[in-house]
Parts: sequence; structure tokens; C-alpha cells
Amino acid sequence: MGIGSDMYRQQILDHYKNPRNYGELDDPTFSHVGENPSCGDTIKMDVALADDGETIERVVFSGDGCAISQASASMLTSKLQGTTLAELEAMDRDDVVDMLGVDISPMRIKCAVLAEKVVQDGAKIYEGELDVETTKTEE
Amino acid sequence: MGTQEPYPIDVEAIREDFPILDRKIGGDATTPGEGPTDDAPLVYLDNAATSHTPEPVVEAIADYYRGYNSNVHRGIHQLSQEASVAYEEAHDRVAEFIGADGREEILFTANTTASVNLVAYAWGLDALGPGDSVVLTEMEHHASLVTWQQIAKKTGAEVRYARVDDDGTLDMDHAADLIDDTTEMVSVVHVSNTLGAINPVRRLADLAHDHGARIFVDGAQSVPTRPVDVTDLDADFLAFSGHKMCGPTGIGVLYGKEHLLAEMDPFLYGGEMIRRVTYEESTWEDLPWKFEAGTPPIEQGIALATAVDYLDDVGMENVRAHEDLLAEYAYDQLTAFDDVTVYGPPGDDRGGLVAFNLDGVHAHDLSSILNERGVAVRAGDHCTQPLHDKLGIAASARASFYIYNTVEEIDALVDAVDAARQLFA
Repeated sequence: MGIGSDMYRQQILDHYKNPRNYGELDDPTFSHVGENPSCGDTIKMDVALADDGETIERVVFSGDGCAISQASASMLTSKLQGTTLAELEAMDRDDVVDMLGVDISPMRIKCAVLAEKVVQDGAKIYEGELDVETTKTEE
Repeated sequence: MGTQEPYPIDVEAIREDFPILDRKIGGDATTPGEGPTDDAPLVYLDNAATSHTPEPVVEAIADYYRGYNSNVHRGIHQLSQEASVAYEEAHDRVAEFIGADGREEILFTANTTASVNLVAYAWGLDALGPGDSVVLTEMEHHASLVTWQQIAKKTGAEVRYARVDDDGTLDMDHAADLIDDTTEMVSVVHVSNTLGAINPVRRLADLAHDHGARIFVDGAQSVPTRPVDVTDLDADFLAFSGHKMCGPTGIGVLYGKEHLLAEMDPFLYGGEMIRRVTYEESTWEDLPWKFEAGTPPIEQGIALATAVDYLDDVGMENVRAHEDLLAEYAYDQLTAFDDVTVYGPPGDDRGGLVAFNLDGVHAHDLSSILNERGVAVRAGDHCTQPLHDKLGIAASARASFYIYNTVEEIDALVDAVDAARQLFA
């Protein structure tokens, strides 16, 4: 059998090895962290909003963990630049799976959606609709 | 059973008793069973989590439901009598398997975790208090670690952890220092489910008894894989699970010395465990039924006895020899690579499991890539989070072996690890 993989396509591996928008912002509008303790996946998302208070001007992530969680975070930061908080909140897990472009096995969905949930929860906390310290996507 | 090179047991004949080993892997995992897109042969190396079930045990389960399914103990009718006799005799069979004196010392529970909790609550709440200590090891499974930690909080007792050395074995000098006259309980895992280390239970039992303490042995990984005799170990309590030893899920065993079980109050109250009940008072059934409240795991208990028959036919010395052979082979194959870290003692001094990491690849990614090649391993913290913290890792992959595994399957594991290495290079 070759070394090809259904889940670890080139795009995923590329984002894992060369993450986009990796780092922290000096003065984010809001910032939030997530962790799946049993995996050891951690993700922090920093978001700077434009003056309209609605448009995501800049979003970066930092963290550590498996290729699925980190590649998903990297791809999400690219996708979110210039979108609005309303568009962010309308996203669901299917959008994440579409973005990744591969079949994510049921046991790994929690890795794939961690970044999305972190930035969504961060936005809700910023808007006063949620009060959590750390976001988790595992049971 | 006959033997065949290079194995101490007839692996080919054994594999025929496990039809699940013939299925293929690789497609839709949302629907149980083999699907049209499954194409990779299953290489099942997750036996420390659960073993597969041989045909005689599957048949025992079907025979029970087809032939004499009934609740035990309360019925005078024939089905209930047949079920009661089979269920009670299953206790005798399990007692014989581990060298216990009889059914009075064998309690059927839900699993190893339930067995620990039974002792922690029924014995620990009475026996422990401020000024007392419970000595564990740093390699305990959460089943015992969390249970004793929480019972200690309830009772004001102190929990002490005997160190794991850099070589992945228990520091016995440290254990001997920790076990003192304040110690009421020493709870130790027999074979570590993460390190594969085999702990010197008899020496720990002697240390415990010298200080008037009891010893609880977590046999979840040892009873399925090697001869275990409670008299040789001088264990006060021993717990294990049916589903890791060719039996079904939903059945665990707690062995306890009869005089200790006799002194303990029940853990769960209700039907089956009582002798006489008035609105004011109740008295308890004899052992072991005093500890088996409610409708017990009847089918599971009967099937466990069949699993024990199956393992005795193979021979537990032979099971151990086969486990040793596979553990050593896997250890040697994996440690041949500089970018693979294997945790725990050397290959010739461990139980039949190997936890490891591949540099630069998260254990969950590794496990997913292995799965795409049909290789089933566990990835995560294996319910030993504090030990993983000590090792400085979030997770590891673990391959664990049983009587139907072959060296060719370990070769398949090593090939799949190499595929992951190349993908992430």
C-alpha cells in the first residue's frame, strides 16, 4: 500500500506544517482559548474587528495539537478575514468539513471543529451572550 | 491445543474462533459492520481496551437467550432454576481460575471500575479517616486513582503515590518508604496499561501486611494475559473485567478474602441481596450475593465462565508466553527507529502492550493513519493522565496484543507507522 491518505490530503498537511496567520495580536478586540484535554489540542484565537465593530479585520491563532485541529485553525483564519460576526455565527460543522475538503472520521470531528467553536464562543463572549472560560468540543 | 512455530500456541486455530478478525476496514464508520468500501484487512491491536469474543462464548450468550433466559434466584420455575445454577456455578468457575477458595470470594460487578468503587465505598468509607494513608503508584489507571483520590477527600485520608522510575518501573524503595503504619490500603495495578510494567505485587502485599494494611490489585491487564493466583499474590482484593479476556462487556469481578467481605457492609442495597426485610430493618444474604443487588449480569456471568474455559484450554502459561513473544518483537521493531519513543521497561520485561509516539506526529493523527490501513490501536491518555503529564506528553499510541495476534500484524503496524512518517515528513 502506498503512503496516500484519505484524511491527510496535501492541503491539510500543508496547513499543519506551514500554518497561516499563526501568532498573537498585541491588541485584539477579543481573544478566546479552547482545549480538548484528552487530545491535548489547544487553540487560542485573537480577533481584531474593524471600526464598524462587525467586520473581522484580522484573525490569528496559536496553539498545539493534532494535524486536524491545527490545519483547521489555519484554514479557518484564512477564510474568516473580512467576514462579519454574523457570518461567523452562522457557520456550522458542515462548513468546517467543506473547508477541510476531506472526510473527517466521526471520532475526529471534535478536532476539526475546535477552532471554529473557539472563535464563535469568543465572539459570543464579546457580545455578552456567553460566559465560559475555556471552550471544549469533546464529550 | 497444538503448537506451531514460532508461537507457543496454535494461533491459526485460535483465529478461526474469532470471525471478526476476517473483516475489512476503511470506509463508512457511521454504520456498524463491514461496508462495501471497506478494503483493508483488520489488524486488531487494541486488546488492552477490549479483546474479541470467541465463538464458544458467543454461543454461550445465544444459548442463554434462546434456551433458558430468566431472572435468577427468585423463581421456582425451571428456566429460573437453570439460569440460577449456571450463574452461581460461573462464580465457582471464576474462583477456580484465580485460585480463590470458592464462590463466597467472587463478586460479579459491572467492570473493574465498579469493583474498585465497591471496595472504596463498602470498605474505605468505614476504614479510612484523618491520619490514615492510601498508597497508590504513579501508574494507576483512573479507575483506581480517581476512586481512591475521591474517597480520601470524603474521609480525610491522605493519598500517596509511589514513584515510577525513568525506566518505567515502580520505585520499590520509594513504595517501601511510603507504606507505613498510617497506611490502611495499598492499591496497585498489576500490569500497567500504559507502560506495560509488571509490578511486584507479592512484595507489595507483604509490605502492606507488615503494616496492617490491605492490598487491592487492579488485575484488568494481568488476569487476561498471565496466570494469576490470589493465594500466591496474597491479594486482599483483586479486580478485573470480562471483556478484556474473551468475555462480554458488562461483567467485572471483585475477588475479596472471605473474612474481609464478611466484615464489610453492602455497597448497593435492593433486591437479591437481602434475606429478610421489614419496614424498619433488613438483613443480608450470604456471600457473594450480599454484594450483588438487583438483577445481576446473568448472561455475562455465564459467558465469562465460558471465556475462562476457553482461556484454560489455551493455557494461561501459554497465553503469557505468546504475549511475551509479541511484546518483545514489537518493542524491538519500534525502538529500531530513532524517531519512535516507546514508554516503559524493555521488551523482555513487560506485558503484551507497547505505548509509543512518533516524533512530529500527534498520536491521534498516527492512529487515524493506521486506521486507514486497517490497523486498530488506541491513541490518547489511556486513562492515565497524571502518568502522561509525568512523561511530558498529551497522548500516546498503544498497540496491545492477544492470543490471536501474529508477528505479521506487528509488521503491518510498523509499515503503517512508516507511512505516517513519510506523510508528515
